[in-house]
Amino acid sequence: MTTTLDAPPAAKTERPLRRRPRRRPRRRATAPLTWLVPGLLLLLTARYVPTVLGANYAFTDWNGLSSVYNIVGLDNFTAIINNQDSRQALVNTLVLAVTVVVAGNVLGLSLALALDSAIKTRNLVRAVFFAPAVLSPLATAYIWRYIFQVDGPFNRLLGAVGLDSWERSWLADPTWAQWAVAVVVVWQFSGLSMIIFLTGLQSIPAELAEAAAVDGAGAWRRFRLITLPLLAPATTIALTLTTIMALGIFDQVVALTGGGPVGKTATLSTVMYEQTFSLGRFGYGTALALILTLVITVASVTQLLVLRSRERRIR
Amino acid sequence: MSTGIQRYTRRTLAREILLILAGLVWLFPFYLLLMTSVKPDSQIFSAPTDLPTSLDIGNYAEAWSTAHLGRALLNSVIITGGSVALLIVVGSLCAYTIARRPGRWSAVFYLLFVVGIIVPFQLGLIPLYSMMRSLGLVGSYVGIILLYGGLWIPMAVFLYTGFIRAMPRDYEEAALIDGATPFRTFWRVIFPQLRSVTATVATLCGILVWNDFFTPLIFLSGTDKVPLPLAIYEFVGSVATRWNLVFAGILVALLPVLILFVVAQRQLMRGFSGGIKS
Repeated sequence: MTTTLDAPPAAKTERPLRRRPRRRPRRRATAPLTWLVPGLLLLLTARYVPTVLGANYAFTDWNGLSSVYNIVGLDNFTAIINNQDSRQALVNTLVLAVTVVVAGNVLGLSLALALDSAIKTRNLVRAVFFAPAVLSPLATAYIWRYIFQVDGPFNRLLGAVGLDSWERSWLADPTWAQWAVAVVVVWQFSGLSMIIFLTGLQSIPAELAEAAAVDGAGAWRRFRLITLPLLAPATTIALTLTTIMALGIFDQVVALTGGGPVGKTATLSTVMYEQTFSLGRFGYGTALALILTLVITVASVTQLLVLRSRERRIR
Repeated sequence: MSTGIQRYTRRTLAREILLILAGLVWLFPFYLLLMTSVKPDSQIFSAPTDLPTSLDIGNYAEAWSTAHLGRALLNSVIITGGSVALLIVVGSLCAYTIARRPGRWSAVFYLLFVVGIIVPFQLGLIPLYSMMRSLGLVGSYVGIILLYGGLWIPMAVFLYTGFIRAMPRDYEEAALIDGATPFRTFWRVIFPQLRSVTATVATLCGILVWNDFFTPLIFLSGTDKVPLPLAIYEFVGSVATRWNLVFAGILVALLPVLILFVVAQRQLMRGFSGGIKS
């Protein structure tokens, strides 16, 4: 009885003694868990809790002011589907996002390829194309509103090269306004994807392309078989990031057209803002925000999955 | 280098000239901004692309006072400065704790922060508005600084954690063995080593906050705390088509970032791609 009781403590004191020489220093670098509290509080109160609440408000008729509201089920969503303007905004958002993501990244990649070479002024030219990306989208979009005016520089230019018949009020023309908005957004975005692609290009060892060139591969073959596959991680980031940004476009539309003409340039974000804060329809607004969130989530997750599996296949 | 790919050939020269021309087209809006901002009223519509016949510097004075740009500039500095300081302090502390406490919990917290980057903010904005309104934080510096802190903390924690994980533990363990408190160790030993990633966090988050229009539109409209983009928005609404005034105002509003860009463009680009890479 006594022996069985005595044995374990003896073993316990003995084990550390034997192991001590091989152990790391006793005080390992660590930090109190309380250091996480401010960050977690900010994260939860600004991101997670409001998002969950928002998902709930989407099913109510809350007006933003009163403390009472009713749960209306899917009414907001059927109202959105039956509302011509909201439907239009959804279509506009998708069309604008696809246009901007494709055009912006093709341009960004082309610029990155052109600037990842022996060109002497490459740093300066990179800075030139990147500049719009760091400046206020709202403020710069006002410059474009001036450019696209009836008597603005763009029409002057068309007139000067003999294309008078093309002149029009670009931002007030129902067929052209959304393309004008797309031009401005591409101008703003491509510098950012150029930088992402340049970072990707710099991680590709130059010897690979050189070896292929020695083997007689032409520029297009080298691009398609070496550069593009090795750019896969950069492509994933550039496409996902620009998609998220493009689906949430707000500033440029507000500055250029305010959503007009006849709602042709309105996006989910602008309609959401208008419905919520101008008309006090918080329930309807959050339902729109929920749709936007779902669109963004589905688009970015699908893209990530597709592009990641492509990355893996290449490796 | 001798394989020909990197040599400066006639084709490279042609490509260089082409790119410079494209760059000039790219900058054309800025040329218009500068030219129009100094034109007298009479010339803005008669000759939109011409050089100004006379310099009307008075546009700047008028825009500055009408758009309350001084006040807006101060507001932007306070809001951006406050948000960036908050993000640096809170973000680095969180990231350090996550990176240096092995185990399941820090993995969970890390995931919570990183997923936060992807959660779109639009859905949360409306409930946030009513939450902040009931707390009396709408229209206050503190409110919007805390809000930006919450919106961008995932980014800050993500960047810092990646960096700290790659850092050797030697210095901090030595400091702890010497009896320094964890906070002292962090502040005197760790934080100085984080300089480059702190610069990235400050650049990225600073520019995102400085340029943001949507959040101030909701939380600061109609107060005396409007930052530059919102001031410009309100100004354009009030002067309509006097583009010379509008552009003078816009140029003043863009100037701080433009100057920063010209001075530190290499660092800015590295900051952006650094944020993207890690």
